[in-house]
Amino acid sequence: MNFQLSEEQAMIQKIVRDFAEKELAPIAAELDEKGEFPHAIINKMGEMGLFGLPFSEEYGGSGAGCLSYVIAVEEISRACASTGITYAAHCSIGTAPIYLFGTEEIKKKWLPLCVQGKALASFGLTEANAGSDACGTQTTAVPEGDEWILNGSKCFITNVGVAKIAVITAVTEKGQGTRGISAFIVPTDTPGFSVGQPYNKLGLKASDTREIILENVRIPKENLLGKQGEGFKQFLVALDGGRISIGALSVGIAQACLDASLKYAKEREQFGQPISKFQAIQFKLADMKMKTELARLMVYKAAWLKDNGKPFSSEAAIAKLYASESCMQNASEAVQIHGGYGYMKEYPVERYMRDAKLMEIGEGTSEIQRMVIARLLGC
Amino acid sequence: MEIIVCIKQVPDTTEVKIDPVKGTLIREGVPSIVNPFDKNALEAALQIREQKGGKVTVLTMGPPQAVDALRECLAMGADEAVLLSDRAFAGADSWATSYTLAKAIEKVGKPELIFCGKQAIDGDTAQVGPGIAEHLGLPQATYVQKIREVQSEQLLVERAIEGGYEVITVPLPAMIAVEKSINEPRFPTMMGTMKAHKKTIPTWSAADIGAEADKIGLDGSCTQVKRVFAPERKGQGEMLTGETENEVCLLLLEKLQGAKIV
Ligand SMILES: Cc1cc2nc3c(=O)[nH]c(=O)nc-3n(C[C@H](O)[C@H](O)[C@H](O)COP(=O)(O)OP(=O)(O)OC[C@H]3O[C@@H](n4cnc5c(N)ncnc54)[C@H](O)[C@@H]3O)c2cc1C
Repeated sequence: MNFQLSEEQAMIQKIVRDFAEKELAPIAAELDEKGEFPHAIINKMGEMGLFGLPFSEEYGGSGAGCLSYVIAVEEISRACASTGITYAAHCSIGTAPIYLFGTEEIKKKWLPLCVQGKALASFGLTEANAGSDACGTQTTAVPEGDEWILNGSKCFITNVGVAKIAVITAVTEKGQGTRGISAFIVPTDTPGFSVGQPYNKLGLKASDTREIILENVRIPKENLLGKQGEGFKQFLVALDGGRISIGALSVGIAQACLDASLKYAKEREQFGQPISKFQAIQFKLADMKMKTELARLMVYKAAWLKDNGKPFSSEAAIAKLYASESCMQNASEAVQIHGGYGYMKEYPVERYMRDAKLMEIGEGTSEIQRMVIARLLGC
Repeated sequence: MEIIVCIKQVPDTTEVKIDPVKGTLIREGVPSIVNPFDKNALEAALQIREQKGGKVTVLTMGPPQAVDALRECLAMGADEAVLLSDRAFAGADSWATSYTLAKAIEKVGKPELIFCGKQAIDGDTAQVGPGIAEHLGLPQATYVQKIREVQSEQLLVERAIEGGYEVITVPLPAMIAVEKSINEPRFPTMMGTMKAHKKTIPTWSAADIGAEADKIGLDGSCTQVKRVFAPERKGQGEMLTGETENEVCLLLLEKLQGAKIV
């Protein structure tokens, strides 16, 4: 057992923290207020190689592994969760399916672009009638000659308005349930592929979330990801990895809540002393610290298991569930510690609270995580 | 172009705390960083390499853990790194330090450019860069805020002076000490970080660079630190109050006359 980060991981943490504090934290509130996608930041992150952390050198990545990647996601999200979700969705559910299941040709074509951030990737699974239950998928893919023709729509898709590529799930065999679903790689400039206006969201306002409309979208046969009928299995695998990154995102926000609250509690005086001297506030801060540490520990463990080629589905679900709920609780307490000021836009904690809520919903709700854990318990 | 950048690992604090009893800097709990001006120096070197090709070597004298600072420079894009570490180097002042670095530079090769930050944020002497140039008998430009032109024989630079800047040409090889305003240092890349940790960084001792024993470390230092102390806080200013502006003005005049200032 070794709880020490490697020298590389420690350095990556230092570099990304430094970047996030200098470049991202000062503009996060403004990005949120304007609902502005941070193109310049994403370009810089691409230049720094942040998108290549979990991918091998062969495709332009740095082969630093999942743990290094989640450390980076945490640090970015600590400064700006909108940028965090953009980053995490691009790597974990946009690019990873191509990396894991793509043919060599597809990988050579798209991965270097995704890894350098020259092409952002998105993942289109959710539909109006297929949220937690992917069996409800209605988008179809029909073969014709050496092409597939896709029709249907997707909702709540992160990054798709700024992406060059989308991984799309669609029914290839009706009536086969989950075994009738396949995944496809669709360049977003394919005729018939269009996106809606950005959703007006509660939080993560500087991230791009849109609907996709697919009208007779023709893509070459080889854009089928892996084998026909394996789409469901594939996204379960991709979501396992994605959950670790949502866990990391949650840890980042949870830490930001603690940072802001501790600072404020030491400065704010009531009844003649800083409120941090009141045991009631101290207990809140202690709980926030405890939850952040435990969440981080579980996220790191899941990432470590993944890096070491061991099963990690249960740990990923536990990490995502515990970290997201801790993050939401920390955000709520952070606003409480700030009192009325916490409710105002002048302080960052109201943003943390709005951003935090998605953690309990995206990539499988908390209820779904509990179902996953229970199923892996053998229930 | 062969370029050497001299860097220093310093405590990350703008508010250096001093142990009032021992009179030394308190380093515990203060993380170490690459001296910020040295990052500007490295950035300048990397930009020239990108333009003209060549190689950038970073050099530091320090304790074994200064290797972390070198790795950060490698992650930013430096090609090679050398650590000068020897107990005999300990206690060096800016004279002995610049002698040691100059000896190491001679061992690395014949660089066309040597870059330094204008000063280190812990000692603030701004003497090491010029010292290196003197030891090597090279021309120098200090407080460089912009490199206008890089030619094979010379450099055209802007040098910050009080109230403005001067434009000078410096024949190569030369030592250039840079200002913060010269550039915005890049962030290290992830690929660079992974590579930096795979690279072996040689450690050179006094013997390796052929340094003479009486010119290095405490023995080779012309200056000794007598005492380190935090300057006493000045007393509070005095607030003058009165009913009208005139009244306050008169009060002020009285004070100034009393102090024989007017
Ligand atoms: C900002 C944002 C970004 C998103 N990005 C993406 C993306 O990039 N790609 C993508 O494909 N999707 C994305 N989504 C969609 C997201 O994954 C879904 O919203 C989520 O999976 C829940 O689906 P749903 O909204 O249809 O809720 P529903 O499935 O309708 O759930 C409603 C409620 O019922 C509960 N519930 C459902 N089934 C059960 C059950 N069996 N037992 C107990 N409770 C149950 C849920 O937990 C939830 O509380 C995004 C969503 C948001 C808000």
